[in-house]
Order: sequence, then C-alpha cells, then structure tokens
Amino acid sequence: MSSAKQVARARATLDRELQAIEDSLLRMGDMVDSAIDRSLKALAERDAVLAQKVVDDDAEVNRIRFDIEEACLALMATQQPAASDLRTVVAAMSVVVDMERMADHAAGIGRTVIRMGDEPLLKPLIDMPRMAALCREMLHESLKAFIARDAEAAKAIARRDEEIDGLYNQIFRELLTFMIEDPRTTTRALYLLFSAHNLERIGDRITNIAERVVFMTSGVMRELNPEPSDASQLQ
Amino acid sequence: MAVEGASDGVKFQVEGLNFYYGDSRALADVALTIPERRITALIGPSGCGKSTFLRCLNRMNETIPGTRIEGRVLLDREDIYDPEIDVVELRRRVGMVFQKPNPFPQSVFDNVAFGPRVLGLTGNRRGLADLVEQSLRQAALWEEVHDRLSGDALSLSLGEQQRLCIARVLAVEPDVILMDEPCSALDPIATLKIEELMRTLCATYTIVIVTHNMQQAARASDRTAMMMLTDGRAGTVIEIGETQAIFTRPQDPRTEAYITGRYG
Repeated sequence: MSSAKQVARARATLDRELQAIEDSLLRMGDMVDSAIDRSLKALAERDAVLAQKVVDDDAEVNRIRFDIEEACLALMATQQPAASDLRTVVAAMSVVVDMERMADHAAGIGRTVIRMGDEPLLKPLIDMPRMAALCREMLHESLKAFIARDAEAAKAIARRDEEIDGLYNQIFRELLTFMIEDPRTTTRALYLLFSAHNLERIGDRITNIAERVVFMTSGVMRELNPEPSDASQLQ
Repeated sequence: MAVEGASDGVKFQVEGLNFYYGDSRALADVALTIPERRITALIGPSGCGKSTFLRCLNRMNETIPGTRIEGRVLLDREDIYDPEIDVVELRRRVGMVFQKPNPFPQSVFDNVAFGPRVLGLTGNRRGLADLVEQSLRQAALWEEVHDRLSGDALSLSLGEQQRLCIARVLAVEPDVILMDEPCSALDPIATLKIEELMRTLCATYTIVIVTHNMQQAARASDRTAMMMLTDGRAGTVIEIGETQAIFTRPQDPRTEAYITGRYG
C-alpha cells in the first residue's frame, strides 16, 4: 500500500478540481439566493429598477452554470472519476441546472413587477415573503447538505417543500376569492399568483437538489416527494 | 454462496480457496462464482493475489514447486483439483494469455498450429489449415496476416503478437480464456482492439481478465471482482458484482477507496 502522502498526491488534481466545482456551486447558490431576495424586495417595494436588475443578472447565473458544466466535463474527460467522485460530478451537473432554473423563476417575478407598472398591489404581501424566506433557507440548507454529503439533512429539506406548497395553496385560494368577488381584480390577482407560482416552482427545484444529494451519497436515484406538488392544486 | 445445484450459466464455482507458497498463504478463503460467456475482471492493488488466483483456475500454479491449495474450484460443477482430472485436458479447456505476448520463434502458422498438432486435434493437413484460419479470424488477425502465414511471428507488432497468442489459445478449442494483464505491453489502439476482441469472444467463451487498469475493467468487463490483502497478508475477494455497479456505487468502502485512488 502506498503511504497516505503518496495517495494524497495521486488524487491532488482530482481533489482540487472537485473542490473548485463545489466552490462554484456555492457561489452560484449565493447568486440565486440574492435573485430570490431581490425579486421579492422589488415586488414588495414596487421597484422596477431593481426588478430589471434581477432580470439582467440572470445572464450571470446562466454563465456560471455553463462554466460549472464545462468544469465537470473536463474533470470526467481527464480524471475518469469513479464511484462517489463520479456521482458527485454527475450530481453537480444536475444541481446547476436546477439552480439556473431557480434564477429564471426569480427573473420571472422581476418581469411581473415590471409588467405591473404603477398598479397597486391587490393585497399586502404576507405569505409570499414567508415562501421566499423558506426557499432561501432551504436552498442554503440543500447546498450545505451537498457539501457535507448529508443525505438525512437532504431528506428533511425535501419534506419542507410541503410548507411551501401549503403557503402557495393558501395564496391561490385567497386570490381566487378576490377574483370571484370582483372580476375586475383578475389582472392584479394574476400578477401575484404568477409570482407565488414562481416561488412554488423554486421549492420543487430545491427538492431536486435534495434528491441529488441522496443519490450522491447512496447511488440511489429516487424521488423524495413522489406526489407532484402542483398537480393536486390545479384540480 | 450456494454450493449444491449451481444454476446453469455458472462456469466456475470457487469455494474456500486457500493457496500457499511454502508456508506463506497467498490467498485466503476466496469464494466466488464466474458466470459462463461473460467477462469477469479481477482488480486490486499489486500483490493482492489476482494473478495467483487466475492461475488456480487452470492449475498453472502447480508448475511452481512448494505450492499447496485448499478448497474447491469447480469447472462446470467438476472439481478441477480432483486427482482423476487430466491436467493437460484442463489446460486445453482453460487457456491462458499472458502479460507479455509470447509467441514461439516460429512462423505465424506454426504458432497457431502448435496446440492442435500436439493434441492431435486434426487428422489431416487441410483440416489443420482450416483450424488455423478459423482461429486467426476469431482473433481478428486473419486480415492482417493471411498473406504472411509463413513469416516469423516475432516480426509482428506487439498488438498482433498478442492476438496471435489469443489465436493460439482458440486453436485448441477452449471453454475459458484467462488473461493476465493482456494489454499492459500494448499501446492504446492495440489495447482497444484486444478489448473489442474480448467482447466478440465472450459470445462463445468465458473470459477472466486480471488488469491493473481500472478503466479497462470498467470498459471491457461485465463483472468485476475486487481483491485485497487481508490482515494476514493474503489476498481475498472483498466484493464482486456487475461492473457498472462496482464503478458507480461500490458497497465495500475499501473498493470505493481503491477505485477512487484513495488506496493502493
């Protein structure tokens, strides 16, 4: 058997490249987190300039996604990772797609804010900031679980998607009531519904990340929340 | 592992195999099944007994004085260490290809014809020529050498020499081909040709390959057995499974450590 030192040297390049991918994932996570945060702020404060900034910054998120995918490809081509290393790289490639879509959803909220113009909010925002806070917390926790290879934490995060779905259902029902009572509110209600729906989708993407963490640690691919969360709501 | 009633499709059943060079135990309690007409790769760090194990499968180790074996090696449910077994016949059925191509310093034709002549497999000259051609075709070498069959085998490239050695094994109509690092002396193209050939041959033959090249095991085998030294410094099989599973989600942490380069 080689000494620990020799083994460490043999893996040095692989370890360095894996570390770089993880660092980039965290950086991308920060960008997505900030996009969610600012999109909600833009909605609450009716700040079209900030909303436009969220939309514009999405290009940066797309760029880092491609950078990470390229780094994963290069690592696979040059280092031939196997077993847990291979699963980590494959999981990272999937996680960046989910995070990129999350940023798209935040940009979607930004676009809605821009479209709303000067029209007043139909109702004060109560549940939506809670949804956004949950999303941000779960995103943070899911990336932490990724770095720590913590499948149990990942499963716990996936279970919390129910809270996001619960809030979304609540918003949906409330806005429906508004629209039924006074159809003239429909446009303004839909602005809020679109925004809430974007947050709900972000929650689903976080569940995907949690699934990838479970795969990465165990090699098993399975859905953590098998019931599609929005199918029931649309019925 | 099940002993009785080994299901069809099992070529070798190895049970409680211990192997000694003098007083030193080289293999400890090796137990595994090698399925028929599939490629089984043996991987593991240097000195863990992969080649020793391979050579137990056709009693090649007996050619080394002072060796001793315990346990059972069943080939088609028959113990190859039974005193009644004809060792020459066993080695015809279980052929071997070595690390360095080792053609005889004779013509290409005579290399392939060597085994059939010694064993008297074909009665006449025509039959022998046919057998040589068929073996060279099976070894994917015929197109390259058919116009220089009388040429010196040692003038072939290393990759061609290795395929000639495979043709030499095929000429005696074996069931099993054992390969001990067959590509370690070859360049990448010649290596891929051998791997491609293995894939073709496994439709007819059972192949067991020892390799240091983990990518080769991952690419070219159906099943992979991971060997490692135990505390007593003897080799044993710690995990065996479908190659795809071993290289994506090994169950034993020592396998994981070895194939990710954290050990060995």
